[in-house]
Amino acid sequence: MPESSGTGRQATLKVYRGTKDKGEFQSYKVPVEAGMVVLDAIHYIQQNFDPELAVRWNCKAAKCGSCSAEVNGMPSLMCKSRMDQFKDDEDICVQPLKTFPIIKDLVTDVSWNYEVNKKITPFSPAPDADWTIYQEDIERVQEFRKCIECFLCQNVCHVLRDHERKDNFMGPRFMVRVAGLEMHPLDEANRLKYLKDEGHIGYCNITKCCTEVCPEDIHITDNAIIPLKERVVDEFYDPLGKFIRNLLGGGKKTKASVQPVSITPSK
Amino acid sequence: MTQSQLTDLPENKLPTSNDVPAYEGTTERKDNWWVEPALIAFVFTAFGIYSMFRAFENNLYEVGPYLSPFYSPNLKQYVPWFPLSPAFLILWIPLSFRATCYYYRKAYYRSYFLHPPACTVGMFKGKGYTGEQSFPFVLQNLHRYAFYFAVPVLLILWVDAFNTVYYGGAFHMSVLTVVMFANCILLSGYTFGCHACRHLVGGKEDCFSCPKNEQKLKPAFQAWQLVTKFNERHQQWAWTSLISVALTDLYIRYTCVDPSLAFQIF
Ligand code: SF4
Ligand code: SF4
Ligand code: FES
Ligand code: FES
Repeated sequence: MPESSGTGRQATLKVYRGTKDKGEFQSYKVPVEAGMVVLDAIHYIQQNFDPELAVRWNCKAAKCGSCSAEVNGMPSLMCKSRMDQFKDDEDICVQPLKTFPIIKDLVTDVSWNYEVNKKITPFSPAPDADWTIYQEDIERVQEFRKCIECFLCQNVCHVLRDHERKDNFMGPRFMVRVAGLEMHPLDEANRLKYLKDEGHIGYCNITKCCTEVCPEDIHITDNAIIPLKERVVDEFYDPLGKFIRNLLGGGKKTKASVQPVSITPSK
Repeated sequence: MTQSQLTDLPENKLPTSNDVPAYEGTTERKDNWWVEPALIAFVFTAFGIYSMFRAFENNLYEVGPYLSPFYSPNLKQYVPWFPLSPAFLILWIPLSFRATCYYYRKAYYRSYFLHPPACTVGMFKGKGYTGEQSFPFVLQNLHRYAFYFAVPVLLILWVDAFNTVYYGGAFHMSVLTVVMFANCILLSGYTFGCHACRHLVGGKEDCFSCPKNEQKLKPAFQAWQLVTKFNERHQQWAWTSLISVALTDLYIRYTCVDPSLAFQIF
């Protein structure tokens, strides 16, 4: 960065240093440049004080989803957290995602998410599908495709974070994925039973923290989770509606119930 | 009931928690995260106390053509044996509609149940949590039934408002009439932005323009788009209509005491 962009300010960063079972916060003083983000400050620490500080990042453009951390207690992308939002005398606390096991310093092990993902029946179009798709039908799904898998939503969700229901709850990111598949105009699979009995969509109490932290501004709760909850109601909690649908017959596309496919890593 | 496991966690392969979390305790947030839930709890409680007071009061709810929304429709004439205030015959409908509303659920899970009070503020921990998966909160899934009941009640409020415009063979207008119409508009914006409504009118479909659906689902698509417009501001509609319904009732209560307060224009 050119010297001239200096602001003459200094920030104090308190950064978590340690592993899964031992750690502490260390303070560093970092000069603040114009347009600087927290990830820049972390890089400054790496370059000037401690090259061993572990941090995961790739794009520095809020697009790869690697640099997720908690800045002053709020889950955020470090490359999207501007330094000019903090007061001069403020300690800026940077710590790893709380919900996932720490590997080292700011790097966490998010592999649980990939395991959950494998359980979701992938996109299943009919063999003879007509691939003409209209914008109005795909728009809803396109919102969900913006996901960069930063797992900030998984991290903030109290079901995973405070109640540690990783054994039974898929988390918002994967409800977003399932919503994108279930609402896809060409998809033929039915994931509603999976949503209710394995992903336990019912654990979500729609308190919207996932939506608050999503850096891609996906309306996770309003556009993915709640519409899925309503579809689960159609199937399991609305006897009257089901009765009427059966009476009228047809109408809605009846999706075949497809069993989850086990995914083997591609060679 | 055996619950199927989401991931077959291999021992020691997918550790799910930190022995030493980067912090212990409730939260690391430094902002005033408690202000919003506290404010919401305060307004809810105030509204709850006021509406209960009004329901029990069983008086000062009807004057001339004006009928309070807390007492409309007035079913007293059909069930004269009903021992309590007639408000109770009707209040359970808007109450259950709002209590199971997706927005209000968010608000009171945060403000009353503190689950969680604000994001990353972990007041309650522990694996026992099942959210809306089991009793009693599984009943939230019946929200669409509450919607079915709420729509006719809303229509009756519109009729009530029109009844203050045309009566005794002539047209009338008053400030109170304007307030009643404003209340109906806000309640309609709230009711027709409902997530269950959004689902039922079209959200449940996967394809509006596929050849087999094209003709049939055009209206569904338009309805879904319209409801989505209201739905995007569901929270704002929820608050404004909650406050307007209480203020409309309060206005009618005082008009019962002093009818000139209706400010009859003609
Ligand atoms: S809305 Fe549901 S999924 Fe999102 S953070 Fe809250 S409980 Fe978790
Ligand atoms: S839904 Fe948003 S917060 Fe969640 S993983 Fe995707 S981009 Fe990140
Ligand atoms: S470094 Fe890619 S999202 Fe921050
Ligand atoms: S009224 Fe709020 S979601 Fe139905």
